[in-house]
Order: sequence, then C-alpha cells, then structure tokens
Amino acid sequence: MASVTSRSSDEPLPNPRLPENAPATVPQNLAAPTAAARPAVITRIAPPRGWFDLRLSELWAYRELLYFFIWRDVKVRYKQTVIGVAWVVIQPLLTMGVFTLFFGRLAKLPSDGLPYPVFYFSALVPWTYFATALQSCTNVVVENQRVITKVYFPRLVLPISPVLSGLVDFAIGFVVLMIVVAFYNFRPTPAILWLPAFLLLALLTALGVGLWMSALNALYRDVRYIVPFLMQFWMFASPVAYPSSLVPQRYRWLYGLNPMAGVIDGFRWAITGHGQPPGPQLLASTAAVLVILVGGLLFFQRMEGAIADRV
Amino acid sequence: MNSVIHAEHLSKLYRRGLNADPGLRHALEKFLRSPLESLRRPKQETFWALKDVSLDVREGEVLGLIGRNGAGKTTLLKILSRITKPTTGFAEIHGRVGSLLEVGTGFHPELTGRENTFLSGAILGMSKRDITRKFDEIVAFAELEKFIDTPVKHYSSGMYVRLAFAVAAHLEPEILLVDEVLAVGDINFQKKCLGKMGDVARAGRTVVLVSHQLNQIRRLCHRVVWVDDGQIRQDGPAGDVVSAYESVMARGDSDTGERARTVNTGARFVKWAIVSPDGGDPHTLTSLGAVTVSFTLDVPQPLRNIHHGIALFNHDRQLMWGWATDGVNFHQGENSLTFTFPMLPLRPGPYSWLVSLYQDSKEIDVWECLPEMHVATAALQHQYDSWNGILNIPVDFNVSRQLAPSSGNSTAESKSQ
Repeated sequence: MASVTSRSSDEPLPNPRLPENAPATVPQNLAAPTAAARPAVITRIAPPRGWFDLRLSELWAYRELLYFFIWRDVKVRYKQTVIGVAWVVIQPLLTMGVFTLFFGRLAKLPSDGLPYPVFYFSALVPWTYFATALQSCTNVVVENQRVITKVYFPRLVLPISPVLSGLVDFAIGFVVLMIVVAFYNFRPTPAILWLPAFLLLALLTALGVGLWMSALNALYRDVRYIVPFLMQFWMFASPVAYPSSLVPQRYRWLYGLNPMAGVIDGFRWAITGHGQPPGPQLLASTAAVLVILVGGLLFFQRMEGAIADRV
Repeated sequence: MNSVIHAEHLSKLYRRGLNADPGLRHALEKFLRSPLESLRRPKQETFWALKDVSLDVREGEVLGLIGRNGAGKTTLLKILSRITKPTTGFAEIHGRVGSLLEVGTGFHPELTGRENTFLSGAILGMSKRDITRKFDEIVAFAELEKFIDTPVKHYSSGMYVRLAFAVAAHLEPEILLVDEVLAVGDINFQKKCLGKMGDVARAGRTVVLVSHQLNQIRRLCHRVVWVDDGQIRQDGPAGDVVSAYESVMARGDSDTGERARTVNTGARFVKWAIVSPDGGDPHTLTSLGAVTVSFTLDVPQPLRNIHHGIALFNHDRQLMWGWATDGVNFHQGENSLTFTFPMLPLRPGPYSWLVSLYQDSKEIDVWECLPEMHVATAALQHQYDSWNGILNIPVDFNVSRQLAPSSGNSTAESKSQ
C-alpha cells in the first residue's frame, strides 16, 4: 500500500475549486452532497500486492453484510421443508442410534465407561457442526458467484458466514444433548466452562480448512467431490465412534495434530466430567489449527482476485 | 471541479477460455511431471481486455461508456467497482461507490420481497438503518405493497425486476456505476427508472453508465467515452462522441466516401454528399431546414431512357422514403444527380441511401451508399425512447383560450355533412 500512497502524491492534483463548481446542466440543488459535507472516503485500486495484504479492518466495516449473509443462511436453510428445524435434531439422533447399535452393541467398542448414547451424542453434536460448516464453506464461493461477479465486498465475508450460521443449528443440537445427558443423570462439573474453548477450536478448524477448500473449489470444481470423502475419513480419524484411548500412547501426539480429536475429547470431558482432560494433545491441536487458519487466510486473500475472474 | 475518479494507465489481462479450465487433474499432472516448471507462471493464451486507460471523472458528472460488445466497458466498470483488480495501473476513487451491474443482485428466490429488499440492499452497500428508513418508499416505488411478504419465486418476472430496481434506485452512493440495467422491465417502469436516474444525476452525484441504447446515453450523459478494443478511442461531449460512434458502427469502420472504381463498362455511382447546407462533414446532416443531396454517377457512354430509383433506410433497415423516375438521360462523363428536400425530419442516428439505375428492367448499378448518412440534428422528441417515433419534426405548440363557437353555426355544419 505504501508504494501506491507515494505514487499518488505525484499525480496531478485536481484544479483548485472554482466558485462555480457545478456544471451548467446541474441545477444548484441544495440537497446535493457538497464537497465539504462529503466524508473523505478514498479508495485506492491497484494490482494485487503480495501475500500479506489481509485488510482485516475492512471486514469489520462490512460486519452488517456478514450479519445479513448469516441471516439469509438461517432463513433459507429450512424453508420449504415439512418439519423444518427438527432436522437439526433428527440427524444426529438417528446417527447416534445407528452408532449405538452397530459400534456399541454389536462391535462392542469401548466408550470409556460412558453410556453409549451419551458417548456418541456428545461427539456427534460438535462433529455435525464441524462437518456441515466445512461443507457449506467449501461451496459458499461457488454458490455466490453471481454476487461475486457483480458487486464488491470483502470476499472473506463468504466463508465466515456459514461457519457462524452453523452455530444456530449447533445451539439446538446442544440443548438436545443436555437433555440426553441429564436423562443419564450426569451433573454439570466445572469442566463445562471449557466448552466455549472447544467450540471455538471447532469453529476455527472449520474456517481454516474451509478457507482453503472454498478458494480451491472456486478454481477447481473437483474439490466439491473430494470434500465428502475427506469428511468420512476425517470422522474415522477423530474419536467420534471410538474413544481416543484406543490410540496407542506413542502415536497420541500425531493424533493430536487432528484438531477435531482435541475438540471431541474435550466435549466429552467438559459435558460429563469423565474421559480425557485437556493436555498436551490440545496444544498440538491448537497449534495445528492456527497454522491451517493463517495459511487459509493468506491463500484465500491471494486467490481473491482470481476468484472473481475465474469462479 | 473535483476529480472523484482518477484512473491512470489501467490495464487488465485476462486468460482466454477461462471456462475451459483444464481442472485439477491437469494441474496435478503438470505438477507431478515437472514440479519446478509448474510453479512458474503458466504460458497461456492471454488478451488485454483493457489497455492503458487513463480517465478522470469530475464530481457531478454523468459519464457514458459506449463501445462494441467486448470492447472493455464492463471490465473498466468492474475495476472501478473493485470486483476485479487491474493487472497494471491504479485508480483512486473519492467517495462511496455503489455499483449496479445487474438487477436483483443477491436476490434469493425462497425469501420474501421484504427479506430480499434487506438482503439485496445490504449487498449493494446500504446499511440496515438506511434500508429500514427507505423501506416504504422502495415498496411504493416497486408498486408491490400487496406482495411484499410473498416469496419472490412466486413473483412474475416483471414484479421481480421492479422490486430489484426499486432497491437499486434507492442506493445513495456518491458515485454510481451502472451497467446496462435499464433495458429491463415494462415500458412504464423503464420511464420511472429513467426519471429516477435523472434525479440521481441532478442531485449532483457522479454517475458512470454503460449502455448500448445510444439515445439514452445522449439524453442522460454530459460526457461520453468511447471504448474500443480495450482503449479509449474518443472522449468528449455526449453528442459528438455518440455521433462519431454511430457513423463508424454504421459503415463498418473503413471508408473514404468514395466508391472504389473498378473496371466497368456500364455506368456507376461513385460518391455521394450533402451539398447544402454546406460546411462540416458532407455525410452528416445537422440542419432541419432544406437539404440538397447529390450523387455522382460515372458514365462511360451516354445512356438514354433510364429508370432511376432512390431510397432511404434507417439503421433497422426500415424504409424511410422511396422514389423513382423513368426516362432519364445521362451524358458521358460525371453526372450529378441532385435532390433537394424542403426538410429531412429524421430522428438522430445513422441512415443509408440506396440509389439504382435500370435499363429495360436490367440492372446497370445499384449502390448502397457509403458512408452512411449520419443525422445529428437536435432531437425534438419525447423524452422517453418508447415514445420516440421515426420522425423528428419541429413543432410550435400553443395553448390559447378558445371562445365558445356559436351553437347555430356548428349544428348547421354537422347537418351539412
């Protein structure tokens, strides 16, 4: 930005304003915004510059648009469905039933001493949030291509909105989770105060990976077919259907690089007070998320120009 | 006068065939074959959509951008509205920019008119407060009071466009960039939109408008920039630039006003000109008074008893006037065929003459005259395109109080008929 500012200083300055500064064809409309009243908004347009041109402050200026995108997501999601928001509850509940039946009763996988429904549901609620957020994040740029090619706003608003709008579904799922947990007579422990931290970790993971995927998907549509597979593998690489205690101790650090492992173990622990308390594994998860997120931000911004031209 | 848009040497390089992107497989294959080479910039067929465009737009100016499809008008607009970045060059914009490149940007079919008003307004850059404040005005402008809580997927296309434009029309940026969006909607609504656009311009805001409707450009714009092949070909007062553009478009770009002489035994038209009123371009009509047009005919041998026809067409190949005569004799050498009209009341635009010679029903020469005649008289017509006829006639209009006719006379007249 510095180079442009300096360049603009040697550009020819506009002529000093004359007293009669309105063209003859324009009547002297008093309601017209005069030069004096005009807020000094100056936009500089220049070729893309390097990798570190994040302009996060601009994102703040467009927070209302972000709000409208989230609002649209939530409004549209369950329009013209018969049972509407109930799907948010039914999906993980059914999955929980299937997991309890097959992984629990038939395969007899351990559950760290938790009742199977609690064990699975406490993992499925954050996992469903993560998976849905990442999926919609992947498609968000492509789905909004018309808007992208017709009007300017910081493109970063797009991948952020599904990650935040997914929280509405999460909240509903979470209420059901609390009911299930209460049904099995678990009382909240102080560990529950950790919950927002785990949720934030899940959010940032979805956003970090989503930034990469949404930009790549805009350039290569193959990505949209890859992501569902990725999600399947990722679920089995996370302790959703089994406890992470099954993973041999010496591979735990590697396992911890999967941020969702930390999130899901953390959720189980925070809600029931049983299981894996946060440890070095969580640090590895956090570090991994930050690397993915920062990389994703830079990659997305770098691709921003190409996105409008190629989406 | 303040310059609110200042652009210097803007260029935009596009890769050709963006839709035929080779895809991920190709990118991966290339990477696997030669990891180092694929990191370099790929050699691809590219083209400059915009080449070294510098432009200043002053505050309150209404600037029209004209040019053929693919000339770079929209690219320029997209750069100025920050949708895409220039490859080289830079621009500075002083003031809040609103861009209107499409009607209904951000509309979602499942949402109601009310919801879409807020959504589209926000996407176009309005704050929630602004939208709330102007909501009733927008709905009234769109004439959709009864349907505002119906999902827009149930709207007719006319209703959809009305709402979409109503939202856009209530944007109040200091600089408005508009791309060919007025060509939608029914005639009455178009009029309303044009009126609203005029309001915007009169309110001292700066407007940059792309349009193919040249009459619209003529009427709305102070200044016009003609973009051709990614560059600015002409920049000046609206009438001049639009006229120049029209005449070049009409004659397909290269001509001298003289017909190439070929080896020819029969007679041949070689050129035409407006001989009176004199002065200026001999192919541009600037007067609504008497006009004399002359066609030059080259005759190798004397011709007798010839049938000669003449016709005038407008740009849409609509016949404006036709006439013919028999039994004309021509001398050897150059003959001038001169027509004097008391007036040619044609609306501004390109027209073409057609002249013909026949002998005993056999064609001697038929010439679609080049260059076309460009009519650049003042438009004296209705302010809306849809009410512009094909004639451009000066009119005196008076309102006077009429004394009541004596009843005896009028009954006598009606009886006599």
